[in-house]
Amino acid sequence: MLMLTCPCCGVSAEETEFAPGGAAHLRRAGPGTPDDAFEAYMFQRDNPRGVHFERWRHAYGCGKWFLAARCTRTLRVLGTYSARTTEPPADLAAEPPVDLAADLRAPAAEAPA
Amino acid sequence: MSAHRLETGGRLIDRTRRVRFTFDDAPLRGQAGDTLASALLAEGRMLQGRSFKYHRPRGPVTADSAEPNALMGLDTGARAEPNVRATSVQLSEGMVVHSQNRWPSLAFDVGRIADRLARVLPAGFYYKTFLWPRPFWKHVYEPLIRRAAGLGRAPEGVDPDRYEQLHAFADVVVAGGGVAGLAAAWAAAQGGARVIVLEETGHWGGRAVVDGLVIDGHPAEAWVTATVAALEGLANVTLRTNTSLTAVHDHGYVLADEWPQDAGAGIAAPRQRLWRIRAGRVIAANGAIERPLAFAGNDVPGVMLASAVRDYAVNYGVAVGRRVVVVTNNDDAYRTALALREAGVEVAAVVDARDTLPGPLAQQVRAHGIPIHDGSAIEAVQGDIGVTGVTLCRHSGNGACVSAQIACDAVAMSGGWSPAVHLWSHAGGKVVWDADGAMFRPDPAQGPTGHDGAVFVIPAGAAAGALWGPQALADAHAAGLRAAAETGHPGHTPAPVAEAPEERAILPVWTMPEGAGPRLKSRMFLDFQNDVKVTDVELAAREGFESVEHAKRYTTLGMATDQGKLSNINGLAVLAAARGAGIAETGTTTFRPPWTPLTLGAIAAEARGELFQAVRETPMHAWHAAHGARWEPVGQWRRPHAYVRPGETPAKAVNREVLNTRQTVGVLDASTLGKILVRGPDAGRFLDMLYTGTMSTLAVGRCRYGVMCTENGFVFDDGVVARIDATTWLCHTTTGGAEAVHGWMEDWLQCEWWDWKVHVIDLTEQLAQIAVAGPNARRVLQKLGGMDLSADALGHMRWAAGRLGDFDARVLRVSFSGELGFEVAVPASQGPALWDRLMAAGAEWGIMPYGTEALHVMRAEKGFIMVGDETDGTVTPGDLGLPTGAKKADFLGKRGLERSHLRDPERWRLVGLETLTGSVLPHGAYSVTGGYTDTYQRETDGRVTSSYYSPTLGRGIALGLVRRGPERMGEVLTFPVGAASQMKARIVDPVFFDPQGGRLDG
Repeated sequence: MLMLTCPCCGVSAEETEFAPGGAAHLRRAGPGTPDDAFEAYMFQRDNPRGVHFERWRHAYGCGKWFLAARCTRTLRVLGTYSARTTEPPADLAAEPPVDLAADLRAPAAEAPA
Repeated sequence: MSAHRLETGGRLIDRTRRVRFTFDDAPLRGQAGDTLASALLAEGRMLQGRSFKYHRPRGPVTADSAEPNALMGLDTGARAEPNVRATSVQLSEGMVVHSQNRWPSLAFDVGRIADRLARVLPAGFYYKTFLWPRPFWKHVYEPLIRRAAGLGRAPEGVDPDRYEQLHAFADVVVAGGGVAGLAAAWAAAQGGARVIVLEETGHWGGRAVVDGLVIDGHPAEAWVTATVAALEGLANVTLRTNTSLTAVHDHGYVLADEWPQDAGAGIAAPRQRLWRIRAGRVIAANGAIERPLAFAGNDVPGVMLASAVRDYAVNYGVAVGRRVVVVTNNDDAYRTALALREAGVEVAAVVDARDTLPGPLAQQVRAHGIPIHDGSAIEAVQGDIGVTGVTLCRHSGNGACVSAQIACDAVAMSGGWSPAVHLWSHAGGKVVWDADGAMFRPDPAQGPTGHDGAVFVIPAGAAAGALWGPQALADAHAAGLRAAAETGHPGHTPAPVAEAPEERAILPVWTMPEGAGPRLKSRMFLDFQNDVKVTDVELAAREGFESVEHAKRYTTLGMATDQGKLSNINGLAVLAAARGAGIAETGTTTFRPPWTPLTLGAIAAEARGELFQAVRETPMHAWHAAHGARWEPVGQWRRPHAYVRPGETPAKAVNREVLNTRQTVGVLDASTLGKILVRGPDAGRFLDMLYTGTMSTLAVGRCRYGVMCTENGFVFDDGVVARIDATTWLCHTTTGGAEAVHGWMEDWLQCEWWDWKVHVIDLTEQLAQIAVAGPNARRVLQKLGGMDLSADALGHMRWAAGRLGDFDARVLRVSFSGELGFEVAVPASQGPALWDRLMAAGAEWGIMPYGTEALHVMRAEKGFIMVGDETDGTVTPGDLGLPTGAKKADFLGKRGLERSHLRDPERWRLVGLETLTGSVLPHGAYSVTGGYTDTYQRETDGRVTSSYYSPTLGRGIALGLVRRGPERMGEVLTFPVGAASQMKARIVDPVFFDPQGGRLDG
C-alpha cells in the first residue's frame, strides 16, 4: 500500500486515503477531432516500466486532485505536484539512479556519539 | 510420564500442570507449555496426518510454522478451524482435535489406495487423464475429484468469536524474537526510534537457546532474559509474542497476525488480532528454514528435521524416538546428536555425506562414542507408519550397494539451512545464489524500495545468510543501528559478542545417494503435503516444463498450505539438475505474502454484520421504520421499498401506494437524491459542458431535466436542474450517483478548466426533501399556509422559496410520477417535523407514504427512464429519446457520440412492451429473432430493462431496448422464458399512462 504526499494540503497519507485517477497529462480530444486522436485520449494508455505520471485525488482529505510521478519498477514516488500542470515537470521525468552504495553503508556505525 | 516424555529437559513446559485434550475422540494429556504436536509426540502419537494426494501416513517434520504434515482440525461446529499446524498451536485445556484427510480412521485409510497406484499417478496425471470422453468430466470425474479434494473441513455456522484489527506506526519493525531480532531491536531502540518486535511463537530467543550459543559470556537463555527485560523497560519499544509478521507490502506496510492469550479475569481476548503497521524500516530477523534431505522413505513418520528433533527434546522434554539416526551434510545436525545424548536418548549413528575430517562438533560427538559414517548416505528408510530402521550406502554411489543396516525408530535429517528470504522478497527484494553456502540469500543490491527510493527491508542474522551464531548476532546489531539511523534516530550501544564452535563447510546434497536411480528417487519426497517426489520434478523437466514457475504449477510443488517452505529449494535444485542448468540460472519461484496463512476472520475482523458498511439514513428514517418500511439499499442509503401494513404482502402494499397517489395524494422521502450547488461566473458555461442539454439559458426560477454522459458518450446520471440566481444552479442527481457526479464536476474543474470561476458543493445531506404527489397534492401543501403554490404562481418545472407553514422551504414543482407534484426541501433537521405536518394535513385526503417500488411503477407507467435500469454504461441519450445535444458545439460525451457505432440506426432504442396476455415480462428477458449467430447463439434483438405490474392499468407493462425499436411499433417480439416456454409482447409507445400529461396540473 503506497504512501503519497498531497501537494495541496501537505499531508502524507496511506493509499486508502486517496482515489486513483489513471494517467496524467492526457489531452482532451473534443468534437471534430480525428478518430485516432480520440482513441488515444479515451483508450490508449502507456504502461511504462519506469516513471509513470498519474492522477490522484485526496478523496478522504482535502478533496483536491494532484499529479504524481511514480516509478512502476521500484514504486519510488519521485514527486507529487499540482494538477494545474499540462506537462510533466522535467526534473521528475526520469528516476535518478539509486545510490546503492549509500544503502549498504551502515551510517550509524560512523555516527558521532 | 509417558514413554516418550524425558525425565529431564523441557524448558518450555510446566511439569506440574497437566492439560487434557482429545485427539480423534481419544482422551490424552499433555503439559502446560506443550504445543499440540509435542503433546501428541509425548503420548507416542507420531502418526498425525495423511498426505494430500496419496494419503500416505505422516508425522510432524518440524517444530515450527513451516510444518507441512501435522495439519489438524481444531474445535467443531461454528468454531472449527481446519488445517491448523499442530507444531504452532499451544495446547489448551479441553482442546478438541481431529486428524484430517483420512477415512475411516487415521491409522487405516482407504484413500491410501492412491499410494499403491502412485506409479500411474505421476505429475500432470489429472491434466492428462480426464480429458476424454468429454461428458465424463462433468458427471464422473469432477464429482469424484471434488469429493477427494481439500484437506480440512470448513466451519459450519456463523463464527461466534471476535476478531480485531489494530493500526500501528513504527520507525522500525523487527520480525523475529530470536537473539538476532532482540539484538537488532536493542540496537535500533537506543536513539529513541519507535520499535515493535514481533515473535511468532510464545517465547523469546529462537534457536540460540536450544543450540547453546554463548553471548557476552552468558548462556543464550540468560542473555535473552536480560535483553527482553531491558527492552520491556524502554517506553519506545513494544514486544509481542504469538504474533507473526506475515506480509510485507509496498512502502513499509506490514501485516502481523496475533493469536492473543486470554487476558484473564474472565475477559476473553479476541481470537485473532491483525496488526496493520506502517513501518519506516522492517528488520527481517526471521531466521532460516532447515531443509529435508531427499532419500528414499524420507516421509515415513519418525523422519524429522534434525533441528526439530532437538527442539522437542530441549524445549518440551520429548524424545521423538528412543534410538535415533542423524543424517546430515553439515555440522549443525551434530548438535542434535549431542542434545539427544545429553537427554539420555541413544544416538545409533551420525550419517554424514561429507568425506572431510571432523570439526569441533563432530569431535564432541565422536568423544561420546557415537559412530560417525562419513561419505555415507541413507539408502532407504524401513517402516510404514513408523521408522524401524535405515540402510546405508556410499553417498557418491547409486545406492546399489548397501553398506550397513541400523535399527532405529527415528531419523533426524538436515540438508542445510535456507535463509527465510520471504519477508525480504514480499515487496520485491531479489535473492542471489550463494554457492559456498548452498543457499539463496537476500541480494543487498536489489532490495524492496519505499516511497523515497530507499530500501526499507533490512535482513538480519540467519535471514540475511549469516547462519553461524556469532556472525548472525554481529549482523543483526549492525542492522539495528542502520535502521535507527535511516529513520532519523541514530544511537550507539556496544555489539554483543557471541561464541560458538567453528563449523565446517556444507556439502550441497539434493538427492541421497548422489547417483540414485528411479527405484530410490520415486520414494524421495520433496513436497510432503502435496506428495511431490524427485521423479515428478524430473518428469516435468522432461516434458518441457523448464521454467521453475511452470514446473511448480505442473507438479504442485510448493503449492500446499506451507507454500513450499521446506520443498522449494530442494525442488528447484532437482529441476536444475534435470535441466542440466545451474541453480542460479533456474532461479526461484516468487515468495508472495502471506508467510503463514491468514484466516478470513482476521481479514474481515469487525467488518461484519452491522459494521460491514456504513449505512446512510435520511432524517425521516425512524418514521419509516416505525411504519412498516421494507428497506431497499441504494448505494449506502436505505430507502423504504414499500410500507407494508399488517396482513398485507409487499406487492399489495405497492399497488395500494400507487393507486392512492394516483387517486388522491402520496408522500415520498426524496432526501437521498443528490443536491449539488454549482455557483460562479462560469457556472452556466460549465453546466453546458456537463449536460447534453443547455443549462445556461435556463431562466431564474425555472427547472430543466438534464442528462450527463461520460466522455464515451454513454448516459451516467440524470436529474432536474433548478436555476437559483444569476450565478447559481442546483443540480439534482440520482441517489446512487451523487458522489460520482460531485467527483466528476471537481475533476473537470480542478484538472481541465481550472481557470473557470466555478464553485461546487454537495448539499445532499444538508436538506430533507419530500415529494408530495397526486391530484390533492396542492391542497395538502396549501393547508400548511404561507407560500402561494397555485398553478399561476408556480407552474410546472418552476421553483419558489418562502415560508411554508412554519418552515423555510424551497418548493420545486416537478413530477416523476406524472401526477401534480411538488418537492419540498427544508433544512435536514426540519425534515421529520415537515413530514409529520404533511401527514396530519393530508389526513383528510387519505395521504399515504409511498416507497421506491411505487415510485418505479409510476415512472414506468409514464415511460420515464431510470439510470441503472434503462442504462448500463452502453446506452446513449439518443437510444433513450433524451436530449442528444446535437446542436451544441461541445459537451462531455459529444466527441464519443460522433463515432459511427453510436450513430448506427441499428442501435437498440427505448420502447414500451405490452404482453399479449397482460402478464408481466421477466426483468432482463431477451427477445429472439429465430435466427442464430455465427457462434450458434440464438440471435437477440431486444431486452426488457424494466417490468412491473401496473395497478393503474391492471396489466403488466415493460420498458425495453429494441433494435430500431421506435420504427417497429406494433410488432410482436418473442421472449423465451425458461427452457421451454416463451412470452409474446408488442412494441408500443413507452408512455403507458396519460400521454397528454393532463394530470400534471392536478
